[in-house]
Amino acid sequence: MKAISGSQMISEALHKEGVEIVFGYPGGAALNIYDETYKQKYFKHILVRHEQAAVHAADGYARASGKVGVAFVTSGPGFTNAVTGLATAYSDSIPIVLISGQVASSLIGTDAFQEIDAVGISRPCVKHNYLVNSIKELPRILKEAFYIARSGRPGPVHVDIPKDITAAIGDFDYPQEIKMLTYKPTYKGNAKQIKKAAEAISAAKRPLLYLGGGVIASNASELVRKFAKKTGIPAIETLMGLGVLAHDDENLLAMAGMHGSYAANMALSETDLLIALGARFDDRITGKLSEFARYAKIIHVDIDPSSISKIVNAHFPIVGDLNFVLEELIEKVEVNPENIKDWKDILSRYDKLNPLAYSDSDEILKPQWVIEETAKIAGDDTIISTDVGQHQMWAAQFYPFSRPRQLITSGGLGTMGYGLPAAIGSKCADPKKTVINFTGDGSILMNIQELMTAAENGIAVINIILNNNFLGMVRQWQTFFYEKRYSSTDLSMQPDFVKIVEGFGGVGFVCHTKDEFRKALKEAIKLGKVAMLDVRVDRFEDVLPMVPAGAAIYNMILKSKE
Amino acid sequence: MRRVISVIVLNEHGVLSRISGLFAGRGYNIDTLTVAPIPETNLSRLSIVTVGDEKVLEQIVKQLHKLIPTYKVIETGEFVEKEMALVKIPLSENFGGLDAILKAYNGIVANTNENFIVVMVADDTIRVKNFLKAIKKYNPIDIVCGGSVLMDM
Repeated sequence: MKAISGSQMISEALHKEGVEIVFGYPGGAALNIYDETYKQKYFKHILVRHEQAAVHAADGYARASGKVGVAFVTSGPGFTNAVTGLATAYSDSIPIVLISGQVASSLIGTDAFQEIDAVGISRPCVKHNYLVNSIKELPRILKEAFYIARSGRPGPVHVDIPKDITAAIGDFDYPQEIKMLTYKPTYKGNAKQIKKAAEAISAAKRPLLYLGGGVIASNASELVRKFAKKTGIPAIETLMGLGVLAHDDENLLAMAGMHGSYAANMALSETDLLIALGARFDDRITGKLSEFARYAKIIHVDIDPSSISKIVNAHFPIVGDLNFVLEELIEKVEVNPENIKDWKDILSRYDKLNPLAYSDSDEILKPQWVIEETAKIAGDDTIISTDVGQHQMWAAQFYPFSRPRQLITSGGLGTMGYGLPAAIGSKCADPKKTVINFTGDGSILMNIQELMTAAENGIAVINIILNNNFLGMVRQWQTFFYEKRYSSTDLSMQPDFVKIVEGFGGVGFVCHTKDEFRKALKEAIKLGKVAMLDVRVDRFEDVLPMVPAGAAIYNMILKSKE
Repeated sequence: MRRVISVIVLNEHGVLSRISGLFAGRGYNIDTLTVAPIPETNLSRLSIVTVGDEKVLEQIVKQLHKLIPTYKVIETGEFVEKEMALVKIPLSENFGGLDAILKAYNGIVANTNENFIVVMVADDTIRVKNFLKAIKKYNPIDIVCGGSVLMDM
């Protein structure tokens, strides 16, 4: 056991946890941490240009790699800027460890310069948090932070460390194992419940697989694919579950929910047995609760007991890790294809009746076409991040996702400004892959300064702005529900995005036509630099289908309001 | 519906705030809350009295379980529940009958000085309420109620 400083302990702990990259922004209370970061050789530090982006980048890294993302920020405003990142990760159960500097212990509670009650602020938007009171407890806390972030239902953990503790010297006794009296996630599902669920699945006439982000978080996608193949049960995915089954999987009916496909939403409305795997019944999926899956018994498998029966009552609640539960389910379940043939026929007819589609045009670029064309040009070896809005939903509907961790998007919190820093984090996780951020002319301006981070570090992310001179999704709601009163959504006044990206050291393109877009994207991929494609698309294109908030999920608006 | 919940948690920085935050975050009120360390352990016990419908309470109990420092949540079964109250009465009042009231409620005189007498009861919630009604005629100038303390049987 050797005596080292608190800052050295952080570096050593990160090394032991296998951390290769940290995103962050320094400041007074984090100076000791940054001095050690300068000296150590274990991990690379990427300087972002805003603390919010540090956490989004760590989040993108975590989603793309399946590892824990790490970020450093300083006290006060450094920390408060990071809160949106924590809340974003918390909503989507993403494992992150955020280490924030805090003013010296003797100054805590005195309204000192750059002091804020950081653990008080982060409490509702993290899985757990710590204010370190003594150098003696720092090694244990760091070990626990990583363990809590990645185990059970993953989530962000915040560790707030006063400046004097990062300077203090203590014994670095890093625990080999975690011994927590109170935190013991349940991994193995109840065998009796699994048996009952398997019997219900085998007997159902209209079963439906409902796949959420928990499948991806638990790395259980392969098992889900095996289960779907063995049973032939039709499946729908949530936004967070996209990629669990490949887009062309014969069992998949595409995304369900507010902007889900007609077939997926009708399947939800008519199923007699909903098999929810790692999905949490978000209101964007359920619509009007009393009408949701109204004929169905519900099997709900989730590692978080508090998720089960939170929104809808589960008839077969199973608390556990999908990997354990699915192994058993696959073994026990026997579905007679004849039993579900009629059901599959019905769903196939629904799919043909109202497929996901749009009217293409050679006169004006359609955003859906841009997304489909991107997939054709960029190939399958891509990671797609998105910001939040219409472009996000079009990407969800029209990009052919073929594997888990291919889509990096803020589902639960819906954070505009997420896309670019998350793309940076994703590219760091998998540098060989092409990383494309679909964004909007509203969203991109929320963290555009991160072009500098990308340019400085040679992180070649391509930003495709589906530019409709609107806060498009809000405009769409105003069209449908506020008699076209476009209050504060008209973004006609535009910056010169090409000059902006060039100013940051990247390359930019303006695209008005299909040919211009194809050429620009190919050029951007070839150049391998941070790039921005300002793609001028149809201003009034809507995301359809659409379920009005609070309406039953089967009450879909299928046509634009003209 | 009135509910009582006994929560055993690690006795550490901020834990009370985590628990009260769970209620506050749902716009939900805690009627009474008492907390004290459990002797010779690193744990504390919280006794919570709250009101709400079954579904929300079930969710709160699950969320309490989910908190990392939570060791145990006890919310069903038989509880012994006691509350206490301190009542300050001016010495100028006529104390006729006070002894009988104190006797009826196992109350005692906790302290006096040249101006006031402070009486105390510790009893079932409903009996404490009745005591406070009975004592009203002595025109108390201050009443302090403690929250419920719970022990599961």
